[in-house]
Amino acid sequence: MTSRLLLPAALRRYAGDQAEVEMSGGTLGEALDDLAQRLPQLERRLRDEQGQLRPHVLMFVDGVSVRSGAPMETSVGDGAEVFVAPAVSGGRS
Amino acid sequence: MGLAVLLIGTRKGLMIARSTDDRRTWTVDDFQFLNQEVYSVAIDTRRERPRILAGVGEGHWGPLLTYSDDLGKSWTEPEEPPIGFPPGSEASVARVWQIQPATDQQPDVIYAGVEPHALFRSEDRGESFALVQGLWEHPDRPSWVPGGGGACLHTVLPHPTDPDDVLVAMSAAGVYRTRDGGATWHAANRGIQVAHVPEDQRFPEFGQCVHKVAFHPDRPQRLFAQNHFGVYRSEDRGDSWTAIESGLPSNFGFALVAHPRRPDTLYLFPLQADAERFPPDAKLRVYRTEDAGENWEPVAKGLPTEPYYAAVLRDAMVADSGDPVGVYFGTRLGEVYASRDDGDTWSLIASHLPDILSVRVAEVA
Repeated sequence: MTSRLLLPAALRRYAGDQAEVEMSGGTLGEALDDLAQRLPQLERRLRDEQGQLRPHVLMFVDGVSVRSGAPMETSVGDGAEVFVAPAVSGGRS
Repeated sequence: MGLAVLLIGTRKGLMIARSTDDRRTWTVDDFQFLNQEVYSVAIDTRRERPRILAGVGEGHWGPLLTYSDDLGKSWTEPEEPPIGFPPGSEASVARVWQIQPATDQQPDVIYAGVEPHALFRSEDRGESFALVQGLWEHPDRPSWVPGGGGACLHTVLPHPTDPDDVLVAMSAAGVYRTRDGGATWHAANRGIQVAHVPEDQRFPEFGQCVHKVAFHPDRPQRLFAQNHFGVYRSEDRGDSWTAIESGLPSNFGFALVAHPRRPDTLYLFPLQADAERFPPDAKLRVYRTEDAGENWEPVAKGLPTEPYYAAVLRDAMVADSGDPVGVYFGTRLGEVYASRDDGDTWSLIASHLPDILSVRVAEVA
């Protein structure tokens, strides 16, 4: 399965200034494991060292938020769009 | 001094100031990590080429430990994450609170203190760090609680001649010491009180909210500690502590700095109280002792005389190695004050910066 990871501007420099990158894997966890092999500096900004989504990172697979339940088990179909966004939470002035 | 570099870690980036005239004037000429918090910085001068290390909080994207070998112009982030808990430990690094190069005997060893309470050790000048398991697996750890700033290991004091002897301080777990290179650790808080618990429980083995510990490299048995409830001295490297706050306007504060050559001289920045975190009576003053805490004097010549309501945080005061010594502190109002005469007189060397979290200085050329 090949999916597309769509990146916010703040993360593109870790992907060669690209707005999106391809990932391989049938689940979100597998896709991000694949990303970690090729772009480790990008992946570590999405997940912590235990493989969990960072607390203030939002991720949507084909428009559906994966924050609840077991995000890394989310199925990622061929051609799926995985959209990343910083949560509005977590900031301070 | 030739070139002196002053690193100013702030809530919104790292400012780098330089002086080429023996610390008379400083120019803030570089700004790195825009809008990212810099809680910890270090300048490692043990090798020929100085290395600057920074613990950067990237907000949504997690913590980063990075380094520069060209005095801050460019930064390296290793391919492999330089610091992180091992798989299965069910913990992740939330913030790097302290970066501490070890002694000259171990020129490639660097320690990092993080949140949650843990110590990491690098043997390759910060390219990669390994968790110090002996502290992480300490039987006291389940009982350690976070201080107001978090569950942080904020101070690492390697013994200057014995590499197996390392002391750490954690909020609000207290001081711990290893004498076998990190395999085993023991609490070192005897005599330090916890003032907000029932009277018969005020001197526990651990759990004290220590804010900062300092020592003089020529007398490593002598320690000074600023705690949440008191200022203390130890003459036996933490086996026992004695209060030395008589003569201070308050026993609360965060920052303290030992003089690099005079073991009896210490600089302290007291705050009014834990619920009133501004200088006592709103007077911006450093307090200095020249007899190891028996007597204190305010040193404020050159500091603002109008009311001042900003605090100085635990890592935002530092001394250089010059003669006479330079002392520097950054306030939460974004101002840096410096003395180049052992604290006798002060001047403003940087202003209008973000909230200052950490300050480090070194002569690099």
